Amino acid sequence: MGEYFHSVRVVPERCIGRMACLKVCPTEAIRVRHGKAEILEDRCIDCGECARACRHSAIIPQTSSFTEFSEFKYTVGLVSPVLYGQFRKDVLPSTILAGVRKIGFDDACDVACASEAVSAAIDEHLASYRGPLPLLSPFCPTIVRLIQARYPSLIDLLIPIDSPMEIAAREVRNKKMKELGLRRDEIGVIYLTPCPAKMVSIKYPLRKRVSHIDGAIAISDIYHSLLSAMGEVNSSAHEVEEPVKGMGLGWPVLGGQVSALQAESSLAVGGLGDVERILDEIERGKLGDIQFVECHACAQGCCGGSLTVGDPYVTRGTILSLVARLGKAPCADREKIRELYQKRYFSLPGKIPSRPFAPLDKDIGKAIEKRKRIQETHEGLPQINCGACGAPTCLSFAEDVVLERARLGDCPVLTARQARTAADSSPDLDGASQVLTL
Amino acid sequence: MPSEPLFWQRFDIFGRDFVDAGKASISIKGILREIGIHPSLIRRAAIASYEAEMNVVLYASKGTMELRVTPKDIRVMVEDEGPGIPDIELAMREGYSTASDEIREMGFGAGMGLSNIKKNADDFIIRSLVGKGTTLEITFRL
Repeated sequence: MGEYFHSVRVVPERCIGRMACLKVCPTEAIRVRHGKAEILEDRCIDCGECARACRHSAIIPQTSSFTEFSEFKYTVGLVSPVLYGQFRKDVLPSTILAGVRKIGFDDACDVACASEAVSAAIDEHLASYRGPLPLLSPFCPTIVRLIQARYPSLIDLLIPIDSPMEIAAREVRNKKMKELGLRRDEIGVIYLTPCPAKMVSIKYPLRKRVSHIDGAIAISDIYHSLLSAMGEVNSSAHEVEEPVKGMGLGWPVLGGQVSALQAESSLAVGGLGDVERILDEIERGKLGDIQFVECHACAQGCCGGSLTVGDPYVTRGTILSLVARLGKAPCADREKIRELYQKRYFSLPGKIPSRPFAPLDKDIGKAIEKRKRIQETHEGLPQINCGACGAPTCLSFAEDVVLERARLGDCPVLTARQARTAADSSPDLDGASQVLTL
Repeated sequence: MPSEPLFWQRFDIFGRDFVDAGKASISIKGILREIGIHPSLIRRAAIASYEAEMNVVLYASKGTMELRVTPKDIRVMVEDEGPGIPDIELAMREGYSTASDEIREMGFGAGMGLSNIKKNADDFIIRSLVGKGTTLEITFRL
């Protein structure tokens, strides 16, 4: 199970065991042992909540740094529209792109236009699709991982259309190869990412193909230098370039994918708990009257990504005001998209495999026995889910005990109770035990 | 002879409790995942137990749902204190429902519950006493 690449990793030297990460993990994948956090690899779905919660930078995103790209002859910064929401409302996307060109990238490429094209392709897909509904948006890598692990029966509902960042990367690379006469591997296309999960989809793309992106740098890592670089951007210098526009600008906010669609019945859901509730409904065969569900691990959509700097609500407001000003003018030609869709330009071939969490035991009889022992162990625990043992809940601790990842004595509450009972029943310590129980 | 491995757990269900409605069947789904039951069987068991749970929430005053898992089968047993079903054969028909307008307005009561349980189960036994309550025994073979 150790072969997974994950969006985050623990730096043990920095971990001081404050356990802020323990309870925020939606899949109970974190344990704190001997004062250090550990991630149970096969349970992690790359949401990055632990890294967000840690105040000591002990859980860090596995994103790239600039030095990794020094070998490329030419680099392109691929700009997620989330970045446009990190500045004041009056800062135009084109100014931000100009800033990206000043901080070490040879060129900057907008992704919002590709997002609009992908929306149009989804419309085409929905119009011709005749299978079970609703279809699910496949663009949040954490949601895809969640579905692989817990909802394998819904895998086929994930729309087989490539993500805007991949489409934009493919296009800009081809363009630069032609323009500059460079080889494919001489150009580095680097995504400026709002979250660590995107790194997983770049390193290990689903459906067994290679990503068109060479790495991802956190928005939070470049923000400071971008801010100062933008002060130097000559306001007339970038006016000549193609302005960024279209409904794709709204993709980072929750509901942005849905509002860029023509489909009439769709819904948008953000936050893992709410997404799971909706997926449970879909798994029961409900919601068949809805065509498309946009789902995000983050409650505010990509605006709330853990590698952003702006407050997600403020970012949302900024993005919505950009959409109001620049969204109406389409940047993609619908007719052309239809043609490209039919040529399978947006399609992703292959099947996404299921990847369930490891069962308690490979042998079903033993797994049943273990589950029974977990239940019995749990009944004997305080059930206050304090987390002091280093497991997030008493039930997960009971599982650790049965799977021999922990000992019953690791529960400090139980140990204290036993000590008190022992003291109570010992006649010599009567006086002391009265003091203790006061 | 060593006894057969058996896991069981009982869940309480309360009538008209729409806040917790569906939670027992979600727990059942989680337990079956942990044990490593095949996803398609988990899905069937989850659908059937959800429908059974919702029947208690919608029509009865209270009830219990018990999950029993052995290497041979999964069994979901539901017992409620409720109005009971006068004509089971009729109630099993798709689209037959005695649901009030209020229940229908919430999106339930389409008359698919019992038939949906039957469709997803390998064995389905239903007993009912009018004025007392209903018991279901839903079996899925591994």
